[in-house]
Amino acid sequence: MAITEQIPGAEFIHKLPGGPVVLASTEKIFKWAKSSSLWPLTFGLACCAIEMIAAGASRFDIDRFGAGVFRASPRQCDVMIVAGTISVKMGECVKLLYEQMPEPKYVMALGNCAISGGIFYYDTYSVVKGTESLGIPVDVYIPGCPPRPENLFFGLMKLQEIVRKERHAAK
Amino acid sequence: MRQSKVFELIKLKFPQVSEEDLTKAVIVPQELLPAVANYLKGQDLSFDNLHCITAVDRLERIELVYIFYSFKNRQQAIVKVYLPIDAAEVESLTKFYRSADWFEREVYDLFGVKFLNHPNLARILNPQDWKGYPLRKNYTNPNLIRKP
Repeated sequence: MAITEQIPGAEFIHKLPGGPVVLASTEKIFKWAKSSSLWPLTFGLACCAIEMIAAGASRFDIDRFGAGVFRASPRQCDVMIVAGTISVKMGECVKLLYEQMPEPKYVMALGNCAISGGIFYYDTYSVVKGTESLGIPVDVYIPGCPPRPENLFFGLMKLQEIVRKERHAAK
Repeated sequence: MRQSKVFELIKLKFPQVSEEDLTKAVIVPQELLPAVANYLKGQDLSFDNLHCITAVDRLERIELVYIFYSFKNRQQAIVKVYLPIDAAEVESLTKFYRSADWFEREVYDLFGVKFLNHPNLARILNPQDWKGYPLRKNYTNPNLIRKP
């Protein structure tokens, strides 16, 4: 992957004699803006949430990707980071929160528990076997137990890529 | 006060109790439990705190484990009650210890022990419409995958 692809919006700048010029279609600009301001939901379930909190703090700083505005209401969010073990009782809340989010919405499954149940896959009566078994579509899976903040950022960059490569700006 | 002294005092008052070998717990017959709890709480022993109630599934019976603590003497006493697994019912201790309320609800939720005369014997951890008692050995659930 070329470096210009990694930096969102870098391909809009064209070097012409007399100075650089920004040239792009509105749809591309709209996607670039959307991918650079993904607002996540303030929502943690288990120890992966601690990594998510660390990612939000100054040492790792999720704000560099424009995703640092953790909203306290699902109605103001773009992305739900399912951070941790989903218990059967919490599953209903997760479904409700997902349904309350306005379109377009994206879901990141952070950690093994949110992907498949993780270490709670066997011999546990109270844990849901992953986010998808609740009927919630997942865009990015981030494995790890728990994943480090860097992994979360990699997942976030993948999500930004997905947003920029969408067929239509409005999903 | 020594642990053995506590047992001796209980044994003096209630001759039907016995002592478990390994744990040194006091085994109390089912119908005597409220009386024993009342005695433990009284002036002689002053076990003023019911620390914990839990249960063990031994397939043919359920063992209820009560841990009492005395802040005055800085001492704990373990009382066990053996219940038949098909009719696990015992008198509630809520009228002696307020803390018994939620402990008994938890044991009811996970082991299915019915506590008689409990003010509100509802499930405390699992959803209200949950089927079965998850910590019993014979518990099954379609979503529960056993490790191969």
